[in-house]
Amino acid sequence: MRIFDPHIHMTSRTTDDYEAMYAAGVRALVEPSFWLGQPRTSPESFFDYFDSLLGWEPFRAAQYGIAHHCTVALNPKEANDPRCLPVLDALPRFLVKDNVVAVGEIGYDSMTPAEDTALAAQLQLAADHGLPALVHTPHRDKLTGMRRTIDVVRESALDPELVLLDHLNETTVKEAADSGCWLGFSIYPDTKMDEDRMVAVLKAHGTEKMLVNSAADWGKSDPLKTRRTADAMLAAGFTDDDVDQVLWRNPVAFYGRSGRLQLDAAAPGDLHEGNSILRGGE
Amino acid sequence: MTTPTREVLHDRLGDAARAWLDAALAEAGAAPGGATDDDTPTAPSSPPAWEQHFASAGRQCGQEHADAARVLLLREARADAPTLTRLYRQGTAAERRAVLLALPHLEPAPADGVPLVEDALRTNDTRLVAAAVGPYAAEHLDPHTWRHALLKCLFTGVPVDAAARLGQRAHGDAELARMLGDYAAERTAAGRPVPADLHRVLALTSRTEES
Repeated sequence: MRIFDPHIHMTSRTTDDYEAMYAAGVRALVEPSFWLGQPRTSPESFFDYFDSLLGWEPFRAAQYGIAHHCTVALNPKEANDPRCLPVLDALPRFLVKDNVVAVGEIGYDSMTPAEDTALAAQLQLAADHGLPALVHTPHRDKLTGMRRTIDVVRESALDPELVLLDHLNETTVKEAADSGCWLGFSIYPDTKMDEDRMVAVLKAHGTEKMLVNSAADWGKSDPLKTRRTADAMLAAGFTDDDVDQVLWRNPVAFYGRSGRLQLDAAAPGDLHEGNSILRGGE
Repeated sequence: MTTPTREVLHDRLGDAARAWLDAALAEAGAAPGGATDDDTPTAPSSPPAWEQHFASAGRQCGQEHADAARVLLLREARADAPTLTRLYRQGTAAERRAVLLALPHLEPAPADGVPLVEDALRTNDTRLVAAAVGPYAAEHLDPHTWRHALLKCLFTGVPVDAAARLGQRAHGDAELARMLGDYAAERTAAGRPVPADLHRVLALTSRTEES
């Protein structure tokens, strides 16, 4: 089984996770830039973070045979802090990088005017750079937030075919599907979605344009939820091909629109890439 | 570590990539010194065209040819020290590696080039460490920094063959010999194997060793 996790924050995870993910079948992932838990106070903090997503983290992933790509953006929560807004002006130099496969994650947090501005500006940046956009739906007031998100997408220059709406659930999937966007579901231990509910959604709405991710980060989350969902799909009667479509071909098709996916990650044991992460002072 | 010439790279690329490379090199060649009007890192404007080609070389030529294409772009643009520094600082790991590989071709003054090499040697990314210990480092690193670079190769598993002029720089270096001996002792005390490369370098440090 081959798995592509289209949304996971590996910066917050350990090498044990990489090892377990590879063993579970994960061969590729996308790490969206996001809020780090502690608010940042200057654009430079973002630039170092983006550099990490374009440097150290793909190197770590390659040690474990996993192809690492990222999305960069000013996230909605920090778009509300004027000190962080200059990030928007600097994004173009990051959006041309080989490993950047989308603008994201963008969207709404508290649905403020500042978030309106950042979302619209970054959808335009995606259109300008020929990139898809990863748009998350808010945790609070989700249905209203998603409707407003879809309105902003419709008003933007970006084709809904190039938009992935994420963190969907039973209450938002129908309208999200009607929008023409791709549909993302984050499978969590306690919150968001779980694997059995996901299987029910797939039974009701089919496997087309459906993406499943772990969205694992620094909170209570599980980087193997992609595999658990695949197993739950098989147990519920879905075929191997259905699983491959949802867990591999759909994310490859969506992020492939960037023209930048490189899925031939070095296998463990290669001369340069196969070394364990040594600390130079062990 | 050498990078292929334009002719050699041409033969390895498909038609589309070859055409892209020729057009990109023509634009780079039209920007003498590689200098741009605006060197501020957070400028709102997009980077100049050839620098965008420098960024997109991997997806245009394939990752296996990205180093070669990027080094050719830097050489064709005759990138000066401020440009090299900006491209390194704003680069992905792959772009930084290309800047390091281009240093011996472009020969920026040590005051400009050595800080880039030292930055790469502070990372634990073996792709950067390997690119950092090339001919430019052999020429310009002071003895202390060069010894630590070599030790870092041994620590992180970078083959010491990546280090340019190894025999010449190691020859008669008693301090390097001491450091290697101490490292070997530490490994042995921990019950861990001593890297085979360590013995090779240790032999090179001998004053009687031909290099």
